[in-house]
Amino acid sequence: MQKILIAGATSAIAEATARLYAASGSRLHLLGRNVARLKDIADDLRVRGAADVTTGVLDMNDVDAHASAIEQAITALGEIDIVLVAHGTLPDQPACEASVQVTLREFATNGTSTIAFVTAVVPHLLSRRAGTIAVISSVAGDRGRQSNYVYGAAKAAVTTFLSGLRQRLGRDGVNVLTIKPGFVDTPMTAAFKKGALWATPDAIAAGIERAIDRRAGEAYLPRFWWAIMFVIRHIPEFIFRRLKL
Amino acid sequence: MDSPADSWGRYPRTTARVVRVTDRHQPLPPGDASYLPYGNGRSYGDSCLNDGGVLLHTRGLDRFIAFDPATGELTCEAGTLLADILDLAVPQGWFLPVTPGTRFVTVGGAIANDVHGKNHHRSGTFGHHVRAFELLRSDGSRMRCTADENADWFAATIGGLGLTGLVTHATLQLRRIAGPWMVTESHRFGELSEFFALSAGSEADYEYTVAWIDCAATGASLGRGLFSRANHAPSRPSARPTPATRRLSVPLTPPVSMIGPLTLRAFNQFYYHRQHGKVAHAVTHYEPFFYPLDAIGGWNRLYGPRGFLQYQCVVPPGAAMDAMATLVRIIAAAGGGSFLAVLKQFGEQLSPGMLSFPRPGTTLALDFPFRGPTTLDLLNRLDDVVAEAGGAVYPAKDARMSGTRFRQYFPQWEAFSRYIDPRFSSSFWRRVES
Repeated sequence: MQKILIAGATSAIAEATARLYAASGSRLHLLGRNVARLKDIADDLRVRGAADVTTGVLDMNDVDAHASAIEQAITALGEIDIVLVAHGTLPDQPACEASVQVTLREFATNGTSTIAFVTAVVPHLLSRRAGTIAVISSVAGDRGRQSNYVYGAAKAAVTTFLSGLRQRLGRDGVNVLTIKPGFVDTPMTAAFKKGALWATPDAIAAGIERAIDRRAGEAYLPRFWWAIMFVIRHIPEFIFRRLKL
Repeated sequence: MDSPADSWGRYPRTTARVVRVTDRHQPLPPGDASYLPYGNGRSYGDSCLNDGGVLLHTRGLDRFIAFDPATGELTCEAGTLLADILDLAVPQGWFLPVTPGTRFVTVGGAIANDVHGKNHHRSGTFGHHVRAFELLRSDGSRMRCTADENADWFAATIGGLGLTGLVTHATLQLRRIAGPWMVTESHRFGELSEFFALSAGSEADYEYTVAWIDCAATGASLGRGLFSRANHAPSRPSARPTPATRRLSVPLTPPVSMIGPLTLRAFNQFYYHRQHGKVAHAVTHYEPFFYPLDAIGGWNRLYGPRGFLQYQCVVPPGAAMDAMATLVRIIAAAGGGSFLAVLKQFGEQLSPGMLSFPRPGTTLALDFPFRGPTTLDLLNRLDDVVAEAGGAVYPAKDARMSGTRFRQYFPQWEAFSRYIDPRFSSSFWRRVES
């Protein structure tokens, strides 16, 4: 039985992933801002077969509250096998451009809050020399594009942070997984027109479970995004600066 | 911003603004446009469409709330698919009390259309097994509805085509099974009267009965078909049959309908003679038995860009044999019917919904590739026969019946209309109300 801590548990990808672990009889501790939604999800996961589900209220931007939320999770779960960090927003890029406050807030939500939470949870996994820290970053972090570079920059910070952490913890038996979804059809992206590149939260969740099982370091989901981002990363800057992406 | 909105028949093509409902505690979104709940879009015609209005997409309401494996009572949000319920319940020894021919419908849709299945003669409609639901109205009020509590709203909402408000969650009574296997029999019959005899002789001992008829056959073969009857297997059979998984899908819409008189005739000829001998026995997983078409993803695309119309009618017992013969003759002469023409005897149970379609008699269902006025004329002629016999046509599958016919088929419509939420409407309702 796996023991799983999920931050940002009311996000669509987190919920879909939690269902997979519930079906295999895991114990879950869910962190999120909305008490009623946490309860709905916890009830659902219990029906789906979770051994136990507990919840805690946490706003990820309240960095000072991270330590006690993690302590509560450990009390509830006993120990942690998997941490999934899944909270996030899709910033309104023009609003960021118009406001320093909005830019910094979005950077905190999608970047520094994640770095803070992961930093706080590392010692607990390190002490057991086992487990996985899985974090949802984004393909948007692979290269800054004019359409969403505040989000991209925050995710780039997360990706780079995790890359270093993975090197550091690899010798100690703790795996760090950077999850890079492409376009996912969730409430976060409700305003977008959907096309062939779009994936469902269920498909992303299956990819996350697979990557955790394999102890992968990095997972583009769906996998074809690796090829797309390979190309985008390698476009020379003198061309890239003229593109409208 | 409006986006294209289709039903399963892909006719008519409409546009609507999509609003996703993901939190059952939230009130309905603000605005002036009319609402209609939209589940998984498996209704065939325009009863799940709201041209120019808002579609409340409910697939995000797919959480289970409670399940008691001792009693089989399940509470879930209204956007939960029947497929998800099966995945949860079958391994624990429970099955849907009533299931339509696809498991890719939502609980809310099953309630709104008061769907039926092959066990109607035993178990009635889906609505008979709904213990309770919550109805969210546009004024923000929430009503718990059961057979005793707000009983009139309960009756109006079951079969109420999504017009009485949004069902947020529901409690269902599942049915015990020993395992996922079905014991089935298939009988070949040469004419319609044999179907009626087989049906009458099977109802006492078989939970599930249904027949396929060859609607392309004419002359001496007119009314031939295969009658199938089945029960849940009492325990795990020794030989393990292979379950059907979704192996095929139709990835794109062919430029013209792949289903025409030639393919139809060839397929039906093959299908009728595929079975060796007059009776065939089998033990099969429940999936291929209940959901043969679910194995072909997007099969509705085979009908090409113009889509198709499904026609399902019921004719009361006294008039059934003559009326069915007339319908089959008209369809065979027109040569435009479908692979899957389904014939079934409904039971005597009174349906729980004010606008429920199932009623005692014989029901016939089939698809027609949409070919413009020719198809509409043909279906109007079928309507003449059905109306004359005192029958009805199923709104969940309809995109074309006239308001006059609808009001004739469902004389309760006026009493029902008092329960319609003032902010709710559908393309279907606007069409048949006037």
